[in-house]
Amino acid sequence: MNLTIINERKQSKEQIIFEGTTLKELLKDLKINPETIIVTRNDEILLENDNLNDNDIITILSVISGG
Amino acid sequence: MDCNTCNNKAVIKLQHGALCKNHFINYFEDKVFKTINKFQLIQRNDKICVATSGGKDSLTVLYLTKKYLQKYNYPNTEVFALAVDEGIKNYREKTLEDLKLFCKNQEIPLHIISNKEEFSTTLDEAYPKINKDTNKKPCNICGVWRRYLLNKHARKRGATKIITGHNLDDEAQVIIMNMFKANTSLAGRIGPKSGIEEHGSFVQRVKPLYFCPEKEVRLYTILKGWQIQFTECPYSHTGFRHDVQEMLNDMEQKYPGTKQGIINSFLSLMPLLKETEKGEPEMIKSCQSCSEPANQEICNACKMKEMMKN
Repeated sequence: MNLTIINERKQSKEQIIFEGTTLKELLKDLKINPETIIVTRNDEILLENDNLNDNDIITILSVISGG
Repeated sequence: MDCNTCNNKAVIKLQHGALCKNHFINYFEDKVFKTINKFQLIQRNDKICVATSGGKDSLTVLYLTKKYLQKYNYPNTEVFALAVDEGIKNYREKTLEDLKLFCKNQEIPLHIISNKEEFSTTLDEAYPKINKDTNKKPCNICGVWRRYLLNKHARKRGATKIITGHNLDDEAQVIIMNMFKANTSLAGRIGPKSGIEEHGSFVQRVKPLYFCPEKEVRLYTILKGWQIQFTECPYSHTGFRHDVQEMLNDMEQKYPGTKQGIINSFLSLMPLLKETEKGEPEMIKSCQSCSEPANQEICNACKMKEMMKN
């Protein structure tokens, strides 16, 4: 499936092709520790076992404020 | 995944179950209020200074302090916010803008003090010079000056407590950092209440977010709809703390409950550590240069200020 990933920390927006199904698999692919982020889709908080859909726009918010 | 209490969609999965937005907000606020009550962090006659930066932790603790005073009917307890502008380009000015707007909306008085006014230098200017002479990291310099300014200006404004936004992650990190460096004397001074209680020159520091993991704090700010820009201190990757933070996040992911376990272990040991401290009383003097409390003739803040003159 095609996903748009907005990364708050990197201040980036990119399109990716994702072969998996769940958020947990996506974070593993992106090598992101779930402990350090909160993920939203259309302002809805996603949990690791939530399924992702084609053309989803996913926002990765950083838990760690870099101070 | 659904909330364990109602059947709405969950926003977080905790060790004891999943919670929806409303049940998480209630759970989180209740935890903060219980911490304040259990450790008696606020008394009715207190004048409260909330140390703020404009980041998620300090805005949360500022908001919940005010909410606590309203909920528990403390009409005469004053609250004000105090922020330190360290002089870090492209960083602090952004968080201070968020803070000014937040305080205006919440009708909380805000005072901003700066390294530039107090020490005639910014952190950006001071770091290369002090580091060259002493090998100190920017976080060491920043920490000494920030604690100095918060204590001095909170006391000047009559505060009897300084509330800080330290969360469970911050505290677990500092426990491990002290352990790795064998700083057992410092370990006796941390916990939900820190600082030296008995000395008149020190304003006691208290931490209502002590049992709140950083992830819960961020989630709370998102669910409350607060617009907080993500900003990263350019020096944040240079410190020992950053490495400990990454290590603990990896451990937490593999072994959930690790950070809470560190806190619980520390709280079990804390009475013993504080008892040991009592046996070795530290002489608090007044700095010969600025008259602020010091454990030597000249306080560390003044020593670093002096280095900038050479």
